[in-house]
Amino acid sequence: MIWAGVLVASVACYGLKLAGLSLPQRWLQDPRIQRTVPLIPIVLLASLVATQTFSTGQHLVLDVRAGALAVAVVAVVLRAPFLVVVAAAAATAALLRLL
Amino acid sequence: MAADRAILRDALGIAIASGAYAISFGAISTAAGLSLLQTCTLSVVMFTGASQFALVGVLGAGGSVWAGAATAALLGSRNALYGVRLSSLLKVGGRRRLAAAHFVIDETTAMAIARDDPTLSRYAFWATGLALFVLWNLGTLAGALATHAVSNPKVLGLDAAPPAAFLALLAPRLRAREPLAIAIAAAVVAIAVLPFVPAGVPLLVVALLVTLFGVFRR
Repeated sequence: MIWAGVLVASVACYGLKLAGLSLPQRWLQDPRIQRTVPLIPIVLLASLVATQTFSTGQHLVLDVRAGALAVAVVAVVLRAPFLVVVAAAAATAALLRLL
Repeated sequence: MAADRAILRDALGIAIASGAYAISFGAISTAAGLSLLQTCTLSVVMFTGASQFALVGVLGAGGSVWAGAATAALLGSRNALYGVRLSSLLKVGGRRRLAAAHFVIDETTAMAIARDDPTLSRYAFWATGLALFVLWNLGTLAGALATHAVSNPKVLGLDAAPPAAFLALLAPRLRAREPLAIAIAAAVVAIAVLPFVPAGVPLLVVALLVTLFGVFRR
């Protein structure tokens, strides 16, 4: 099942890239599309941050991941490189579990 | 030519930074339960970072593979708009367009549209695309192999890594007040609906709501 999702999503992502290069320009230059599409990554990434920090399955939980996110926020505000942000969050969670 | 060399230097810099970021993708994907081959397939075939992180993030959090795949595809929608901006610069047809499409991502678009001369735009696009593709896949492989060697990724805190990765991808898009307000609203809505729908579905709810917001607001 994982394979099916991996392949379908990969083909869909490629199809979107190809569509942008291939479709008549005026279709995708519709103002509704131009103002809506850039908002989609913002809401999805924000929702991923929130749900993956504060839930397990369908349950809301507050655990070491909240501490890890707080450290990640500080790292992002300080404009740390991507890998540093991720590593700092992972290390925080690992350390909090040792306490 | 000096301009060529400057572009190549920037392209390599971006590719090296992305390679480091791909290490974390390989690690997170493996910790989420994807095999080495599945992880590497995503980097070779999907080749768009945010979508890859979203798919493995949703799977790792217990969401269905289809919720993850839908989220990945929705995140990939922005690449279609990049394609619109690039098509007039690249002027590619036939097989070259099929190859160029694979490289239509944030970094190549930023590098290509920053040039005044179309020849340099094309050079920046291909140089960034090729360098990034190579290092992105090497980084993914390294991260996945390293994580395979660890018996319990939770000891390394890798289960807490995806939200930090999503935050780092989100931050550059929040430099104005309106995107920040929209991001906070989306996070609140996702948390509010979470107890009532299957894992992964809150993402599709906020994507639907923001689409309605974008289409109907004046």
